Amino acid sequence: MNVKERLKIPPVDMPEQDPEERVKNLDEVPLGYTPEMAMLEAKRCIQCKTAFCVEGCPVGIDIPGFIKLIEIGDFKGAVRKMKERNLLPAVCGRVCPQEEQCQLFCSIGKVRKDPCKSVMIGKLERFIADWEREQGEFEQPPSVKPSGRRVAVIGAGPAGLTVAGDLIKFGHEVIVFEALHKAGGVLVYGIPEFRLPKKIVQYEVDYLEKIGVEFRYDHVIGKTIPVRKIVDDFDAVFIGTGAGLPRFMRVEGENLLGVLSANEYLTRANLMKAYDFPEADTPIVKGKKVITVGGGNVAMDCARTALRMGAERSLIVYRRAEEQMPARLEEIHHAREEGVEFHLLQNPVRLLGNEKGWVSGAELIKMELGEPDSSGRRRPVPIEGSEFIEDTDALIVAIGNSPNPLVPNCFPDLEVTRWGGIVVNEITGQTSVPGVFAGGDIVLGAATVILAMGHGRRAARAMNLYLSSGRWVDLDKALDLCRVEVH
Amino acid sequence: MYQILHKEKLGPDIYLYRFQAPDIARYRKPGQFVIVRINENGERIPITIADVDTEESSITLIVQAVGKTTLQMAQMKKGDSIPTLTGPLGEPTHIEKVGRVLCVGGGIGIAPLYPVAGAMKDIGNHVTTILGARSANLIILADLMRESSDELIITTDDGTEGQKGLVTDAIRNLVDNGEKFDQCIAMGPPIMMKFVCILTEKLGIPTIVSLNPIMVDGTGMCGCCRVTVGDEVKFACIDGPEFDGHKVDFDELMARLATYRAEEKEALDLYSSEVGCRLDGTLEGGSR
Repeated sequence: MNVKERLKIPPVDMPEQDPEERVKNLDEVPLGYTPEMAMLEAKRCIQCKTAFCVEGCPVGIDIPGFIKLIEIGDFKGAVRKMKERNLLPAVCGRVCPQEEQCQLFCSIGKVRKDPCKSVMIGKLERFIADWEREQGEFEQPPSVKPSGRRVAVIGAGPAGLTVAGDLIKFGHEVIVFEALHKAGGVLVYGIPEFRLPKKIVQYEVDYLEKIGVEFRYDHVIGKTIPVRKIVDDFDAVFIGTGAGLPRFMRVEGENLLGVLSANEYLTRANLMKAYDFPEADTPIVKGKKVITVGGGNVAMDCARTALRMGAERSLIVYRRAEEQMPARLEEIHHAREEGVEFHLLQNPVRLLGNEKGWVSGAELIKMELGEPDSSGRRRPVPIEGSEFIEDTDALIVAIGNSPNPLVPNCFPDLEVTRWGGIVVNEITGQTSVPGVFAGGDIVLGAATVILAMGHGRRAARAMNLYLSSGRWVDLDKALDLCRVEVH
Repeated sequence: MYQILHKEKLGPDIYLYRFQAPDIARYRKPGQFVIVRINENGERIPITIADVDTEESSITLIVQAVGKTTLQMAQMKKGDSIPTLTGPLGEPTHIEKVGRVLCVGGGIGIAPLYPVAGAMKDIGNHVTTILGARSANLIILADLMRESSDELIITTDDGTEGQKGLVTDAIRNLVDNGEKFDQCIAMGPPIMMKFVCILTEKLGIPTIVSLNPIMVDGTGMCGCCRVTVGDEVKFACIDGPEFDGHKVDFDELMARLATYRAEEKEALDLYSSEVGCRLDGTLEGGSR
């Protein structure tokens, strides 16, 4: 097939659950490609000589390589190719913002002048990961000689899981300490079932266990075991404790009953299975009308969860316009399809309560867009005198998270930024404390799963070099030399 | 899994459990709490640690059966295990030699007060303890508290033990008789802590309280446990659970504790009807 013919193939849509049906269940919305669909979509890739898509991938997956293998039907080979660079393809295929990464740089999208018409790299990634899981076969990675080195990973989220998977393959002993009773971090407490089924996360965690990673749950490092003891007992430590500190709006009435952070709402709904109450013991605030404040993916997750929890109306209130929403287009699209109402250029100034202390409404002020701010987006400016009351039974605050302070607070030597992120060498993930590395949202603030995994991947490489050479000073330069020698 | 090494009934619906938990037993300090989850579908609830046995590597929790989870716990036996016991969480009590310390414990709040009173006495403070409950059979740990205090006063609402009246009456009596206190520590139902704080503020006694809001993760992640302290909003799980009692908004705390009252009742009623047990901890049927 020549390039011209390939260019003619339209993108293969992934079938989805009908919006009216899916708000009544928790099942995943996109249903996945069949092998035929995947092989057809793979034909759209023209195997560019310089693969720009790979440059857009934070973990550098050989994208044309795995797509070529799908095209010829060698799914097993495609899985192997993928796992050279990405241990969690079933997760990334679902939650990566491909339209801002690989697919943004795809030549097909450029030819068609629309990144939404690029090769559906994320959907193909998901396909092969799901295919492998459904085969039920498990491929043991090649065995390596034990190094005799021990590594502690603090936090079993995307960054920590990546570090664990990489370092075990280098022959190191890896113990992952997780504060909650399940591994996955935001993948299990935050991202809802209908977007990322929990059995998929569990499968990936099970895989890591099978290849030798040890998980210790209910361990809050800094509390259950002092940080100093971890540093002393292990040859290297990776901190990946995430951005689990919810921001609030600091407006009057925010502690009324029925006002909760996105983290609390999603944790109750996902990790604690509140959708199954009273079968599961954890209850959740339910309302006929629910307001979610914020415009990111987390806000979309909350608004869509509210519909599944029985809300008749679910409103997004966001202070900027739709173009400035940080949420992925696909998430906004899915939310809108399901009936989420978008109330844009509005912002709460205070919350009102009833005589029982429950939230009963939000006083919103209308906004207009002014000059661009430091983020490059036009700054929302309140329109004086435009306040009005929007009634509500529940209000979810989804305006972002800060790095969780628990570990840094228990670790006085660890250098942190003014806003609480751990300071690291960008190339190696080294912190101010020798032997201790960090990555993911505890460094970045609330970012994405794949960026956290990219951090994990880079830190793991540096940790491996540190463990084998004992070198701490100028580790980044040593790492560069290694790269030159390898290529 | 965390095994129950010992279980004992202390009063109506009140049980003492010793759980095997080596790391927690090793590192816990007075004032800290754990998050407990008793089965795979269980909720995560915070319970303040009452005691520790480093030889046995166990921690002691004293729990009153008031809802489904705590009632289910009451049905558990020595040798049973629970899947989650996380901790020790929160900041420990600031133990300092200040002179004369007044410890006030109400109901189940006597349990977390016990290690604090002991630590305060050990460091050289003169400790006066007041324990209060509705009735004599709800006063727990009286003998241990007597050992941990220089003076012990018991009050009951109905006069079945000690002085008849409230803990606040006892505080007033002490002060009227010329006693002076440099520090008060109050642990108990929020309504008790509220009125102790109103009184001690008038009397000019700095007062620490230990708060027990609803929590989920216990690590600062969900913000469910936020409390207003002065003009700041704090997370009880990582900033507390102890705060300056004179600054705490107790009315807000009590309102927020009632967030899921309807659901709690629904779950409890359903569970009670399923297993046929009443809320005095005794089984009527024989389902377990």
